[in-house]
Amino acid sequence: MDNILSVLVFFPAIAGLLGFVVNKESARAYGITVATIEFFLSLWLWFSFDMSNAGIQFVEMIPLIPSMGISYYLGVDGISLFIIIMTTLMTLIGMASMGETKNIKNMIVTLLFLEMTMVGVFVALDAIIFYLFWELSLVPMLYIIGAWGGPLRVYASIKFFLYTFTGSLIMLVGMLFVAYLYHNVTGVWSFAITDWYSLVLPVNYQLWLFAAFFIGFAIKVPMFPFHTWIPYAHGQAPTIGSVILAAVLLKMGTYGFVRFSLPMFPDASVMAIVPIAVISLIMVVYTAMIAYAQKDMKQVIAYSSVSHMGIIMLGLFAMNAEGLTGSVFQMLSHGIVSGALFMLVGMIYDRRHTKLLSEFGGLTQVMPKFAIIFGIMLMASVGLPLTIGFVGEFLVLLGFYQVSPIMTIIAGTSIILGAVYMLRVMKLAFFGPLDNEENKKLKDLNARETWSLIPLVAIVIWLGVYPKPILTPIDNSVKVILTFMNKKAITQEAKDMIRVSKSDKEVSNVRAD
Amino acid sequence: MLEPINVSLESLNLITLAPMLIAIAGGLIILILDLINEKLDKSLYVMLTVLILFVDFGSVLGLTMNERGFFDVMLIDGIAIISQLMIIGASMIFIPLALTSKRFHEYSYPEFFALFLFMIAGFQFMVATDNLILIFVGIETASLALYTLIALHNRSNSYEAAVKYFTMGALAAAFFAMGSAVVYALTGSVELYKVAEVLATRVNETGLMIAIFGSSVLLMVAFAFKLSLFPFHTWAPDVYEGASAPLAGYMSVVPKIAAFVVSMRIFEMYIELGVEWVRWTIIILAVLTMTLANIMALVQEDVKRMLAYSSISHAGFIMAALALNTTEGNTAIFLYYALFMFTNLGAFTMLWISRHKKRRFNARFDHPYEKFSGLVKIMPMGAVVMGLFMLSLAGVPPFSVFWGKIYVMQAAVNAGYIWLAIVMGLNSAIAAYYYLKLIVYMFLKDPVKDVDTVYYNISKPLMAIIGFATLATVAAIFYVEPLLQWLTFHVSASGY
Repeated sequence: MDNILSVLVFFPAIAGLLGFVVNKESARAYGITVATIEFFLSLWLWFSFDMSNAGIQFVEMIPLIPSMGISYYLGVDGISLFIIIMTTLMTLIGMASMGETKNIKNMIVTLLFLEMTMVGVFVALDAIIFYLFWELSLVPMLYIIGAWGGPLRVYASIKFFLYTFTGSLIMLVGMLFVAYLYHNVTGVWSFAITDWYSLVLPVNYQLWLFAAFFIGFAIKVPMFPFHTWIPYAHGQAPTIGSVILAAVLLKMGTYGFVRFSLPMFPDASVMAIVPIAVISLIMVVYTAMIAYAQKDMKQVIAYSSVSHMGIIMLGLFAMNAEGLTGSVFQMLSHGIVSGALFMLVGMIYDRRHTKLLSEFGGLTQVMPKFAIIFGIMLMASVGLPLTIGFVGEFLVLLGFYQVSPIMTIIAGTSIILGAVYMLRVMKLAFFGPLDNEENKKLKDLNARETWSLIPLVAIVIWLGVYPKPILTPIDNSVKVILTFMNKKAITQEAKDMIRVSKSDKEVSNVRAD
Repeated sequence: MLEPINVSLESLNLITLAPMLIAIAGGLIILILDLINEKLDKSLYVMLTVLILFVDFGSVLGLTMNERGFFDVMLIDGIAIISQLMIIGASMIFIPLALTSKRFHEYSYPEFFALFLFMIAGFQFMVATDNLILIFVGIETASLALYTLIALHNRSNSYEAAVKYFTMGALAAAFFAMGSAVVYALTGSVELYKVAEVLATRVNETGLMIAIFGSSVLLMVAFAFKLSLFPFHTWAPDVYEGASAPLAGYMSVVPKIAAFVVSMRIFEMYIELGVEWVRWTIIILAVLTMTLANIMALVQEDVKRMLAYSSISHAGFIMAALALNTTEGNTAIFLYYALFMFTNLGAFTMLWISRHKKRRFNARFDHPYEKFSGLVKIMPMGAVVMGLFMLSLAGVPPFSVFWGKIYVMQAAVNAGYIWLAIVMGLNSAIAAYYYLKLIVYMFLKDPVKDVDTVYYNISKPLMAIIGFATLATVAAIFYVEPLLQWLTFHVSASGY
């Protein structure tokens, strides 16, 4: 199936439209079935993906508005492939574990549309199509937060929408300017990212454009100081909203850096290493401290998620294969781990209708299964060896060590700080005396909840022990990008900085056909 | 004794006048029908109007490009053709909004439809000439008809709106007449192509700059009134509020297209003569218009007033494209309106079907935000459709207005005004807030009261119109390309 990407994008959308017809009672089963099919489709994509080819595969290209250079242009490489699979997996599991019962049909339809936009962002190779899905993804999320959220939901959802919308409009101007420059050089209008890659820009243009794209992506990541929307979004969103937000929507920002900023503006990216590293370190350390001070369990997870996004950003700007591969891997592990943690918090919230740490204590006695799974996810989040969290974090730190040992040491504290605030949650919620009367009546995870979490636990341990099947394709594609950046960089210092790896002999520099 | 003037009929090229004459004749037919039989229903008049406009549309399509006629005052160039087609097309989709299920006073008069057709003839005259006097005649024909149409809505604030619009329109007309007089004094001609020739030779004369400056200022004030640009926009929200929703929607599209075509003819002449400050004045006016109108729209309590300010802001957005004076910029004006038209039609139709005879929610406003709260529970499809229109107006891809926005921004970037594109982007972000506000009311709040009466005014024709507008809004991505090519061809063929 050559057009599997189109199927992947439009299957959930069509299912969403048809979902309006499905009866309310059957909506959840419908949603889970559709999400399962979508997940298997994405697995099919993985199995038919040619691992020996590091370039872009399954390319589809239909000109849509040729006089503006806009075409329907899709493709995947090793980087986007696994993010897509993670997206479909997390949507499926999120939907399956969802405790929501109010307006379930609207929720299912919204989630299916959201899934379309998320997959669309990761497969788009045309800047306008990317932008289209990027903006569209805001609408279902706005509705999810606004309709099912907490007391401040309307404020939180509007804040989320406007923040991202503003940033991406600046990014849009950047895109239009790149298209204009491309037209100046070649005489052809094109928004295809692969065409843009061939454009060698002077350094000052690169810096301006880097800044324009940075605003769009950094708000989404969210990088300090643009992160203020996220505590509201997570705090007010229903469980499923937080899961999707943390697992997938935040990855759009970091993925944008890999897809646009790094290959298009290599010199500017190298110049931005230090500022971005500083911001990332602030994210890592500062938000970890905030996480420690939280009274609300969900806010701890929310801030820890921001803190780990700092590690991902650091890896992206390590400019070497270890850092970048680790960073992409960390995107996957962060998606799975923080998604699972939000689900777990949601499950306890469904039972007690509170997320305050002070309300809990001694939960291991009444909810052993819950405590075990929570413990595993918590360890993975901290980055314990043999869990998924360790692989990415270690590679990122290894990569960034080549840039700056001191900064790497500061970043390494994230593991310690992470352990501090996460173990505090563990201690306050799960250990100690079971002194709250209401907690004594708590029921352990039911079958639905258990079985939606077990696949995640399995992945966490499997990829922690044996990450190679995923690391290799990512590594191949990352090396293509780095070789390309190295060749394209104008300044010598950028060329020196961008190191592919010690053994880059097998790397081809063919980006796309 | 005077020599008899021999004019051959061929040299008059009367076919150039045919479209306007069809509209006028159609208006007269409607009046005569009323004389013969007084009891005819509005549906007959509506359909007759649509049919007359259809013939009108066909006669415009049959015109050959770049021709002059009728003592050379008529000018049928590419932009005259596209703007006439857009004016007629928009009128054809707006007039069926008269077919509501409830009876509204104004539509029972055949005079309404006759005036409507006369107004269209006026707009057609405006765009199909480069003679300042004929432009003036066109403006006045159209405006006088429009004032009356507004007043026919038969409410105290409709009269207020009509009188306000009339006063402001008269003021604008005076400015236009004075500006034309100065142009005539400078060049001895009222034909723009001759004016351009004479000015080109005289532009460097000492002491003349101040007169050229004066003429352009007067004309610009006139058109700033017509296009509701800051600071001459203050009439617009009140007039929109007083007019019925279909007319308000119509006013935010059709008169503006006509005024934009004339502005294009006049101001781009100045810009091409090298009067750079005209360009800068337009840009500054455009930036102020979009920003301030957006900020004003944020604090409105009434959806119709919000849409009024939003359409002011959209006009500012487009005005910026005019200042670029590139083929792309001028194409962008038409593309934007062609795409904006459907969304706006849809949004105002949604207001129209939720119109009550009495104000139920608020003593002051017909369409306060509260009226739409919880619409998704009362009328799910209606809420989804209105939400789509709001997203489209906010510029969320892939809905229609986004493609207009991106084309205007691309035109600005290509002309070297990157800062302008950024200002446009930021303005779209501000605008998103007030469109979202309606979405929030519709989807995230609970209904207040009188839940059963929200879709008070709906009828099958109105549903068909909304369906059409929705389709055109959602499927824009598929027809932007042919539309764009067609527009670019006509705009560049007429030398803009």
